[in-house]
Amino acid sequence: MKRALFDSLQAARAAKRPVAVVTELENGQQVLLDGDTRAGDLALNETELALANKALADDRSGPLEETNLFVQVFNPPLRLIVVGAVHIAQLLVPIAALAGYEVVVVDPRQAWATDARFPEVRLLTEWPDDALRALNPDRRTAIAVLTHDPKLDDPALGVALASPAFYIGALGSKRTHAKRLARLREAGIDEPALARIHAPIGLAVGAKSPAEIAISILAQVTQELHGAPPLVKAEAHK
Amino acid sequence: MTMMHNDDVLGQAGRWRDEGRKVALATVVSTWGSSPRPVGSQLAVDETGNMVGSVSGGCIEGAVVLEAQQAMESGATKLLEFGVTDEMAWEVGLACGGTVRVFVERLD
Repeated sequence: MKRALFDSLQAARAAKRPVAVVTELENGQQVLLDGDTRAGDLALNETELALANKALADDRSGPLEETNLFVQVFNPPLRLIVVGAVHIAQLLVPIAALAGYEVVVVDPRQAWATDARFPEVRLLTEWPDDALRALNPDRRTAIAVLTHDPKLDDPALGVALASPAFYIGALGSKRTHAKRLARLREAGIDEPALARIHAPIGLAVGAKSPAEIAISILAQVTQELHGAPPLVKAEAHK
Repeated sequence: MTMMHNDDVLGQAGRWRDEGRKVALATVVSTWGSSPRPVGSQLAVDETGNMVGSVSGGCIEGAVVLEAQQAMESGATKLLEFGVTDEMAWEVGLACGGTVRVFVERLD
């Protein structure tokens, strides 16, 4: 890879722009697609350019059919918005970061949302609906609502459900969730939207400790991200 | 999060290059059957054999590193294919039954 192309690629990634590198696999020529800007020594025809841009939009690296071209997609990191600077959130933040998520924690309760409890993560202390609206969740965003307090959870869910976020989960028992659904229905949220909420949050792995619950949440986020079928416990070896 | 991300292969490759080391990149460009790392997975190698990232579960990395070291000397790109029908791949043990194609290039 040429120095100039590599440096442009790294600059675009640092600026969190969605970009792609197309490589001709026989001769090694490459081009960087960065919005309307193209940089590099590889010339693409209209069809190839359209296919490469589609791969970028679909977030899918791969070879372009019937060509010798390979498209490498570099999208900005997936995001996880955690509402509630609670104990589980303290464990969920590092686990999600390891999995490549850019994590934001939202909690207006300043006793909870402290840098001491959440080192090295972006903390927002606005009211959850305002914070979520400003963060503008897209289809590469997951939202975990963990405050356990309807005053904070409900407004957060209201904004989350109006967004295309690929995952929305809410902490609380089945009973807590039934009450929550009743309140959200009362607030005018329709059934298809309510059905998007994963609650009780997390895959049923028998999680008990905050770390285990954090793992079950990230496992469920992963399952939704990749559209994996529901998990069935592997049969014991006989 | 300022924590260094494990998968920041290109960031590490760039740092090595900036330190004046020779660096090569290997990228999974296609897979068939079961393969441990998806298309787009990358491995960076420096001239002393330091590695970051991966292109398989570890079974073809040895062979890829050798090719990468040749690429960083010659500057020529190469398209490698590993699979169960490939003798070399069998030796390096791609026993998972898949086939992968890996593109190797020097980072100038």
